[in-house]
Amino acid sequence: MADTILVVVEQREGKLNRVSWETLAGAQALAAETGWVLEAAVVGSGVGDVAAEVAAKKVSKVYDIESSKLEPYTPDGFVAALKSFIEEKKPKLVLMPHTYQVRDFVPKLATALHRSLISDAIGYKYEGGKLLFTRQMFQGKFVADVSFTGDAPYFATFQSGAYRGDKVEDGGASARVETVNVAIADGVIRNKPEAPFKEAKQAVDLTQAEIIVSVGRGIKEQKNIELAQQLATALGGEIAASRPICDSGWLPMDRQVGSSGQTVAPKLYLALGISGAIQHVVGMKGAHSIIAINKDSEAPIFEIADIAVVGNLFDIVPPLIEEVKKAKGT
Amino acid sequence: MKILVCMKQVPQKDAPLKLNESGTWIREDVSYEVNEPDAYALEEALRQKEKHGGEVVVITSGPARAQQVLREALAKGADRAIHLEGDSFVGLDAFNTAKAFAASVKDENFDLVFTGLQSDDYGFAQTGVVLAELLGWSHATIIMQIEKNDTGIRVKRELEAGYFQFVDMPLPAVLTIQSGINKLRYATLIGIKQAKNKPMKKVSFDEVKGSLGDNLLKIEKLYIPLKTKKTEVIEGPPAEVAKKLVDRLRNEVHVL
Repeated sequence: MADTILVVVEQREGKLNRVSWETLAGAQALAAETGWVLEAAVVGSGVGDVAAEVAAKKVSKVYDIESSKLEPYTPDGFVAALKSFIEEKKPKLVLMPHTYQVRDFVPKLATALHRSLISDAIGYKYEGGKLLFTRQMFQGKFVADVSFTGDAPYFATFQSGAYRGDKVEDGGASARVETVNVAIADGVIRNKPEAPFKEAKQAVDLTQAEIIVSVGRGIKEQKNIELAQQLATALGGEIAASRPICDSGWLPMDRQVGSSGQTVAPKLYLALGISGAIQHVVGMKGAHSIIAINKDSEAPIFEIADIAVVGNLFDIVPPLIEEVKKAKGT
Repeated sequence: MKILVCMKQVPQKDAPLKLNESGTWIREDVSYEVNEPDAYALEEALRQKEKHGGEVVVITSGPARAQQVLREALAKGADRAIHLEGDSFVGLDAFNTAKAFAASVKDENFDLVFTGLQSDDYGFAQTGVVLAELLGWSHATIIMQIEKNDTGIRVKRELEAGYFQFVDMPLPAVLTIQSGINKLRYATLIGIKQAKNKPMKKVSFDEVKGSLGDNLLKIEKLYIPLKTKKTEVIEGPPAEVAKKLVDRLRNEVHVL
């Protein structure tokens, strides 16, 4: 049987999670390079529309894995469904987007199959017949090329932004959709999830901000937030923060940028004392211009910055506020 | 409730890291600290014990230096510690680390196992979920709240983009804990004193070796990220830096 790449796309309440296109785009590139067959699967209850949407892309086949027990999502249900499917189909490689849901069940799935998972990869390399996945380590200070040493199937997940979802190729004609009804025995699913909800109405929509001044641990104390606020005000922008600042209660949670907060793409993202941990960077790397001020010259934020200022933000921000005010004539 | 907290020692956040000679790992001569989400996991376990009674046991794997993480946990209020001690534990992947943990606690009847949601070094975010599967327990990830109820526990999971979800689940269970679930406590002087007399069980690599398999992942090469972006570095006295930045804001970023 031909070697197969299986992309498991993500759906929530019957709608495709768009980050799945990124993984599919990466998988298409890998399939073109290796000559492996590319198939996709969607898991849920009544998710034929999602399967049809994926079938319009360049894939050989789409499986619609169905059971009434797969809605709502539970790790037990998804592992039960995919375990039997993967045991039968024996794909060489299973790819998924590194979402919170995937983090919740794929390590369990791989373990149930006595396999391992390379999580949160930012790309792959196929060198001399050897498949490597590149992933960040030490909060982005290093990257590593990681290989699988055991037998297939191999599991890997791609970080949001690893590939461009809008580059996913359409197929000539729609691929065949095969419905696979899986039986999940009573008692397999132990967790009883309730409907997702939002804590409070988000007062601030950072996604609409053109200018964001964002603070990280380097701000040191709560009282120093005021300094960053002054700069944001002078620039006519919004203030935001990395997770630790909001965890400490120095700024409200709705000011948080990153994987657990908002994803932003302003004209200017000015990062003050932000090291650039992966969880933060995925939320702001789409900014048009990134200016980073940090005293640590090795901070990963500088890898993605357009302008890097290595220095003490407490020395630089006060004169910067004055210069901005002067420039604006205020 | 009897709770096991899995903890990890990682390089300090702002420690300058250097590659080892073979370019497969970092040089070990750096300062270490407790992995931040694990500190929140410990705090949550201590709070659950204060509410419901029981016992908090902390476990880690790694060389002698890793014991510091357990000492701190004992000083904060954990009852006893298990140290899987040896250099060989450092190179284990998440699958084998979870197997080593499972093997060394198989005779204990824990109600809950907590881990941080991921580590600051590898960042695989897998050990807790793998451990749940090995133990045959239910699990939930990225937890922001835990309440005991008649049938087990009710937890609040963090989802993406500001969403949350409550999940009812039976015990025993494994939970991966999100940073910020609580406010961390400091160890007290008396706590530090008492910690010296608390049990610290050591488990050698040989004792669990039989339960492990080959690593299924291999780090072929560790390296500094190749820059894909052209970055302009601005240096000089603060006043000059400020002037240059304003120039860029006006002429390149076009926001002034």
